[in-house]
Amino acid sequence: MRTEPVVQVQALVKRYGGKTAVDGLDLVARAGVTAVLGPNGAGKTTTVETCEGYRKPDSGTVRVLGLDPVRQSGELRPRIGVMLQSGGVYSGARADEMLRHVAKLHAHPLDVDALITRLGLDSCGRTTYRRLSGGQQQRLALAMAVVGRPELVFLDEPTAGLDPQARRATWDLIRDLRSDGVSVILTTHYMDEAEQLADDVAIIDAGRVIAQGSPEELCRGGAENTLRFTGRPGLDVGSLLKALPADCTAAELTPGSYRVVGKVDPQLLATVTSWCAQHGVMPDRISVERHTLEDVFLELTGKELRA
Amino acid sequence: MTAVGTGTDTGTYAPKPGAAPLPRMIAAQAALETKMLLRNGEQLLLTVVIPTLLLVLFSSVDIVDTGSGEAVDFLAPGILALAVMSTAFTGQAIATGFERRYGVLKRLASSPLPRWALMTAKTASVLVTEVLQIALLTVIAFALGWSPHGNPAAVVLLLVLGTAAFSGLGLLMAGTLKAEATLAAANLVFLLLLVGGGVIVPLEKFPSGAQDVLGLLPISALSDGLRDVLQHGAGMPWGDLGILAVWAVAGLAAAGRWFRWE
Repeated sequence: MRTEPVVQVQALVKRYGGKTAVDGLDLVARAGVTAVLGPNGAGKTTTVETCEGYRKPDSGTVRVLGLDPVRQSGELRPRIGVMLQSGGVYSGARADEMLRHVAKLHAHPLDVDALITRLGLDSCGRTTYRRLSGGQQQRLALAMAVVGRPELVFLDEPTAGLDPQARRATWDLIRDLRSDGVSVILTTHYMDEAEQLADDVAIIDAGRVIAQGSPEELCRGGAENTLRFTGRPGLDVGSLLKALPADCTAAELTPGSYRVVGKVDPQLLATVTSWCAQHGVMPDRISVERHTLEDVFLELTGKELRA
Repeated sequence: MTAVGTGTDTGTYAPKPGAAPLPRMIAAQAALETKMLLRNGEQLLLTVVIPTLLLVLFSSVDIVDTGSGEAVDFLAPGILALAVMSTAFTGQAIATGFERRYGVLKRLASSPLPRWALMTAKTASVLVTEVLQIALLTVIAFALGWSPHGNPAAVVLLLVLGTAAFSGLGLLMAGTLKAEATLAAANLVFLLLLVGGGVIVPLEKFPSGAQDVLGLLPISALSDGLRDVLQHGAGMPWGDLGILAVWAVAGLAAAGRWFRWE
């Protein structure tokens, strides 16, 4: 599906004082769900907030639904929904009161009662925002982002700190948004969230996009995969290595447990099994480990802790 | 009722964006802001309980020498000025400071509600609250034997300019300081101006050098102007209106220049 981009960021630079938060970032997001991943401080929130019109780029251009988020903010705001990382609600307001209020700012809002039920917010009752649980506050912020029936929603870490049920409810809602034609830009720290939901993933580090593609593309490309099998101890690994493509490695990790690392495809699997057949080996517990998005992420952004 | 389904009924979330008509947005925003204010106990203490207590207490007990005539005739105009200050300055500063701190202003900034409309709604909410306060205090003052004079138009003009002056200063504070600092400073200023702004203590009680300075404060201009009209039946108190106008222009301009939304 090649549609017009919903978000188009070119050479975006944003500095705070002397610190460069976003450093020449390019990002194109098309219809569907786009996940923006990155370590803390990578520039995710700054990028998203620039798209939402909160920050003015120091240089570069940003277009959201074809509009300039700062200069055409009045035209853009009714068409987008925003979920901030936290807050955004009067501390003395009840959940339903705030959601009804945001609905009143829109011309064709969703049915508020149904949305409240769907996100399990009816349990909030008359409790004011400051006394809601973190999960209830998150779900209210999500509801506020979608109640105006936007074309595009920005969700900044929508499931951070949620319990598994609330997380699943949020995922289900995001899937329904997608299937009803709403585009979603989502920042997250959870790789499984991106793998589950996203059509497209952009990995940001140090203020730039360092990789972008579908979860499958990212897992396939670059990262090496692993094939494991068990057999008789002491097989001739050197002979196996000769049968394999040049960029593969093979090793007996513990007696009888073998590992092949390389580009694992059907051809490689056939090569290994036929080598086993030639050597009268029954490869037991043969398994292929596909790299997860997390492996790719750590490979690209490093394993050391960030500030 | 529209069912929001579990994925089987499609189209529930199909985009249909659009801003509500501006008057509806502003009315909704003003109603919510007023509701939040009336629900907040500390705010009610400031805007209703304290002015009412001061009016009743100082009218019935002879603590401060308020000059010749009924004490309530001196006090009622000062208390009306205090009511304006408590809502437009102290209450608005504290509420807006915490809205800024908790991301309410930020979230609303990405809603269809334009910033100017948010400020219009805040002003409307302040005015609604003031009308309620003034109605209540007027009834109490009459019960205490108040006999006001003067031109209602002059009174309204003073109240409106006073509201503008205090709103500018309150928003300037809310938009530049931390919420906790705003809370402390707004309460402190309220207390200082209550004592030194001719609200319950006549300015004549202060040394003459201090009087000249205190007379330039917006609270003094407002209470003095209201007193000139309501107690002494004067015409337009141009001097006091002038002082309030200068504060209003300076305060609102400074707030417009330095207010930070996050």
